[in-house]
Amino acid sequence: MDNNIILKTKGIAKEFSGVRVLNNINIEIKSGEIFGIIGENGAGKSTFVKILTGIYTPTEGRIYFNGKEIQLETPLDARKAGIIMIPQEFNLINDLNVYENIFLGNEKKRRVFLNRNEMIRRTEELLAGLKVNIPATARIDKLSVAQKQMVEIAKALAFDSKLLILDEPTTVLTRREIDILFGIMRQLKSRGVTMIYISHKLSEVKEICDRVMVLRDGEMITIEDTDNIDEKEMARSMIGRELSQIFPEKVVPKENTVLQVENLSSVDGFIKDVSFDLKEGEILGFAGLVGAGRTELAETLIGIRKKKHGKIIIKGKEYNIKNPADALKRGIAYLSEDRQGIGILTNFDIPSNITLPSLKHYLRGILINKRKEHEKTAQYIKRFDIKAASLKSKLEYLSGGNQQKVSLAKSLDTGPEIFIIDEPTRGIDVNAKREIYFFINELVQTGISCIVISSEMEEIIGLCNRVVVMREGKITGILEGEHINEEEIMFHATGLKGVA
Amino acid sequence: MPSKSLIKKIDFEKYGSLIAFVVIFIISSFASPYFLQLQNILNILRQVSYTGIIALGMTFVIIGGGIDLSVGSMTALVGGISILSLNSAMNFFGYGYWNEIMAIIVAVIVSIALGAAAGALNGVAITKGRIAPFIVTLGTMAIYRSLALYIGKAGVFRSNSYMYPELGMGYFLGVPIPVWVFFGMAVLFHIILNWTRYGRYICAIGSNQKVARYSAIKVNFVRFISYVMVGVTVGVSAVFLTSRLNSISSTNGGSGYELDAIAAVIIGGTPMTGGSGTIFGTVIGAIILGMINNMLNMLGVSPYLQGTVKGIVIIGAVLIQRKRSQ
Ligand SMILES: Nc1ncnc2c1ncn2[C@@H]1O[C@H](COP(=O)(O)OP(=O)(O)OP(=O)(O)O)[C@@H](O)[C@H]1O
Ligand SMILES: [Mg+2]
Repeated sequence: MDNNIILKTKGIAKEFSGVRVLNNINIEIKSGEIFGIIGENGAGKSTFVKILTGIYTPTEGRIYFNGKEIQLETPLDARKAGIIMIPQEFNLINDLNVYENIFLGNEKKRRVFLNRNEMIRRTEELLAGLKVNIPATARIDKLSVAQKQMVEIAKALAFDSKLLILDEPTTVLTRREIDILFGIMRQLKSRGVTMIYISHKLSEVKEICDRVMVLRDGEMITIEDTDNIDEKEMARSMIGRELSQIFPEKVVPKENTVLQVENLSSVDGFIKDVSFDLKEGEILGFAGLVGAGRTELAETLIGIRKKKHGKIIIKGKEYNIKNPADALKRGIAYLSEDRQGIGILTNFDIPSNITLPSLKHYLRGILINKRKEHEKTAQYIKRFDIKAASLKSKLEYLSGGNQQKVSLAKSLDTGPEIFIIDEPTRGIDVNAKREIYFFINELVQTGISCIVISSEMEEIIGLCNRVVVMREGKITGILEGEHINEEEIMFHATGLKGVA
Repeated sequence: MPSKSLIKKIDFEKYGSLIAFVVIFIISSFASPYFLQLQNILNILRQVSYTGIIALGMTFVIIGGGIDLSVGSMTALVGGISILSLNSAMNFFGYGYWNEIMAIIVAVIVSIALGAAAGALNGVAITKGRIAPFIVTLGTMAIYRSLALYIGKAGVFRSNSYMYPELGMGYFLGVPIPVWVFFGMAVLFHIILNWTRYGRYICAIGSNQKVARYSAIKVNFVRFISYVMVGVTVGVSAVFLTSRLNSISSTNGGSGYELDAIAAVIIGGTPMTGGSGTIFGTVIGAIILGMINNMLNMLGVSPYLQGTVKGIVIIGAVLIQRKRSQ
């Protein structure tokens, strides 16, 4: 065998209770290469890398690492071999702090005692390398989703890995963090570390990967040099046909204001004096860097965070919204970016997740009308093309992107008038993204008004009527028309323009 | 290997407790010829109904991610006061058949209402006071017991009624009344858990409180209600316990009930971490405990060792649970 090949798989296949989700995967990855994997939601990407890290055992096939066949029975086996993964869903313990998580199962010791100072020092070093400003002793549940992602990356970097697997690490990161991550990946590469990179952001795949494998329905479609394939072609081989225009025509919103926010500040100080308005049928984008306070603003609007002062006026009437139930009563629905932490219940099936906030519409007397629940769910499954073994599948068995679609259906089912969507296409494949954009467009045409918080520049530019840019809890600019472009948004987001 | 794949196909999560039930049932019927006699089986069911009823309420509390350690002491306190109220109601209404029935109704109402109130106290301290359920109910476990001792002067509360025992001792269609009530309430609680909003909400809260809160569920209220529910079941159970003996001891009335109720829930497959569970499992869990006790009695095993067996069964049940979740 070629000495240069670090990882080789032969005929890898995986079945879950008889259903084949991965079939005959044969790859050879060269040492020091960055190997991309793309494919639609549920194509089997995560399943494949979970096999490489000993989380799942393959139904068929062999794995060769450094020229020798290896058996990966548990994640520990993989770790010992030097295969480390940044998982798609966070694997952090909320009650512990940052450094404890980073060194979990890998604790630094001095004789029998934990060497706390050493672990803190190492953590600070890792975080500084990632240029993130998180204290090593901060508790995980106090962190934002992007910060958690950075901790997850730092945790993987704490190991000396030979093969580093990154499963959609950038879904919640903005360009700045992505550049930092790519910088680190290039450094690792120059040190000879091999990487597998999974993403739905095809431009990133082209930018950072040497080769890319396309999966469709568990089958390996092709492996190409990224120099020889452009994003369009990637998308085409992913979905098996031509991808049409991604963004729908923008619709001009109505004149009347549905939501007016005046001088809103939160008690915890994350939101300072925020004022903006939302027109009926408008798609209002919120841009900014990680930590700009966009999610915190949404949480203040729905009463999760306490408001210090300021007014929230809905259709001309001021309301005091104290909790999500109040918000729902006023027609405000919020789809969180933190899918597993806030959005879905992994041990509930699809219908019970979707109807959780809207259950009162599914009652017959005091009993739940499960037939109605199932019928409605079947509609959503069709509408969003949710891939699941059955209606009664628990969410933990759905792929990340399909979980996202269930979250979307869940918020929609409350029949909102004002729909706040935080990272609407987090972890969603290009084709489904397009469907969601068209769907949001349909929504606003029926008179629903949307606030879209997104770290994806194209999404903000391609979808929104106006764009609010935030920085450090304040609004630095509201852009309209031709001012909605990458440059202007970055200027405002970084504080080069606008009042900071 | 057809047999191995068959074992794999059996859904342990759903049927684990049922399988254990069948196995123990078969062993018991071989171990003793008396086991299968109708009278013995009815006895087992009657014995398990007291803690079984409480276990029904406990199922909701545990599904919601909580625990209630105070139910045993609560049984003594609630039972004691309901006997006192029975005696004074009899004085108030005077003698006579209907008068005594009236007095008994008063006692039953007092018992259930008091149980609900004691449960509500736990619930308020846990949700409003934001104290861990384990701590709160450990505290009230001591408080309720000490109040029972104080009010009963560390002795026995005795009822003056001749009719009251009919309730706990009586039969309806050949089956003891407490057993009817146990099964009736099981059906009711099953419906609440699986077919009402409340049931869905308590599972959601136990599964992930944050998700529940963002889904516009009034988390504190739903959790509070689960403690009231277990209080109500304590009230019902106290009625049957006191009426069976026509008295209740303030020192050891209801003692160890928390263990049996929690054990029934756990053996029935509800995870201690909450988020899911079944009433059916809890009923089976309660009966399994009863059968084990019965078998040990019939085999002449020292009553002091019965706790050991019970403990092993509980730990075994949790072990199996962990296996299946992997
Ligand atoms: N533990 C499991 N049990 C049953 N089915 C599973 C399990 N894990 C994954 N699946 C199924 O396997 C298929 C592939 O899932 P996988 O998570 O690998 O997709 P993916 O390519 O990573 O998708 P995404 O882009 O949405 O993350 C999906 O149809 C999913 O429902
Ligand atoms: Mg995935």
